[in-house]
Amino acid sequence: MLSGICPECAAHVPLREDVVLHEFLTCPECGTALEVVSLSPLTLDRAPQVEEDWGE
Amino acid sequence: MRIALFCSLVRTEEKWLLEAFRRRGVEVEILHDRSTVLEVGVPDSWNRFDAVLMRSLSHWQALHAAQLLEDVGLPVINPAAVIHTCADKLLTTAALVRAGVPTPRVRVAFSPEGALQAIEEWGYPVVLKPVLGSWGRLLARVNDRDAAEALLEHKETLGGFAHGVYYIQEYIPKPGRDIRAFVVGGETIAAIYRSSEHWITNTARGGRASKCPVTPELADLCARAAAAVGGGVLAMDLFEDPQRGLLVNEINHSMEFRNSVEPTGVDIPGAIAEFVIRVARDGWAAAHSHPLAREVRRWNGSA
Repeated sequence: MLSGICPECAAHVPLREDVVLHEFLTCPECGTALEVVSLSPLTLDRAPQVEEDWGE
Repeated sequence: MRIALFCSLVRTEEKWLLEAFRRRGVEVEILHDRSTVLEVGVPDSWNRFDAVLMRSLSHWQALHAAQLLEDVGLPVINPAAVIHTCADKLLTTAALVRAGVPTPRVRVAFSPEGALQAIEEWGYPVVLKPVLGSWGRLLARVNDRDAAEALLEHKETLGGFAHGVYYIQEYIPKPGRDIRAFVVGGETIAAIYRSSEHWITNTARGGRASKCPVTPELADLCARAAAAVGGGVLAMDLFEDPQRGLLVNEINHSMEFRNSVEPTGVDIPGAIAEFVIRVARDGWAAAHSHPLAREVRRWNGSA
């Protein structure tokens, strides 16, 4: 199974086979909001902070 | 056919949309807002797309990107004019009132003193909202003068320029829930109740989703509200007022639906993909199949 490393707590974060660039996910260990910033190599970073004009 | 999915992050909604397009044999490419550069009036490589589905999380960036892409001839769902209206709660209210769509009463002031006067004249409670913002952020139920004075001082001191427009809405005593309706091309395809013990019922704030029947009354009201803001793909929040019946509270131009597919049993991403394909193939006006779509066509100047 694909996985990436959480930059916050170093946990292995499982990823689906259809993972895409800029995918948003949450670390199952520490709950940090993460973004897939590279597919090769698979790299996770903290997701951007919510801005005032973000929403639906 | 090739569609651009313009987004900030690929969340569950965007993953489902990608899948919905691919199931229909449509090529779809993710365009990331933070990586995008546009030259005004220059199609550049964008002319390889037949339409753009705008899913940027930033209302401000979505508005500007949509306008530039429309200007080089691309159909954008939703168009900049729809984003402009729906991203601003006051412009939404004004559009609903102009169209005669029932909506909670709203007063607007442009100073803390004016806002306090407007609130005192109405009495308590009232709801103070930022005109920009979503996910139930910075909503405040104001129960008395002490709270009003504190909130207004905080908004003036800590808020950005957008907080200088004081949006004061009458408080509607909800029966522990409100309604979120999903409207695509003028048609209400699904609806949920959002239930919560808290007066803020957004699912982003913990509200629970359950199926709400799409009655003719709800469908008709949503079609009128959609036409009032220019149509497209819209999520409407409605209150059930004990005296006045359904009131349209807010309209969202970039709907989230991850909590609504299961309780409604409706393929919401599939319906959005079908609509985007119809717009790309037949044009914006023809893609609105509801009888009230003529209002949308008139609004867009294409009737």
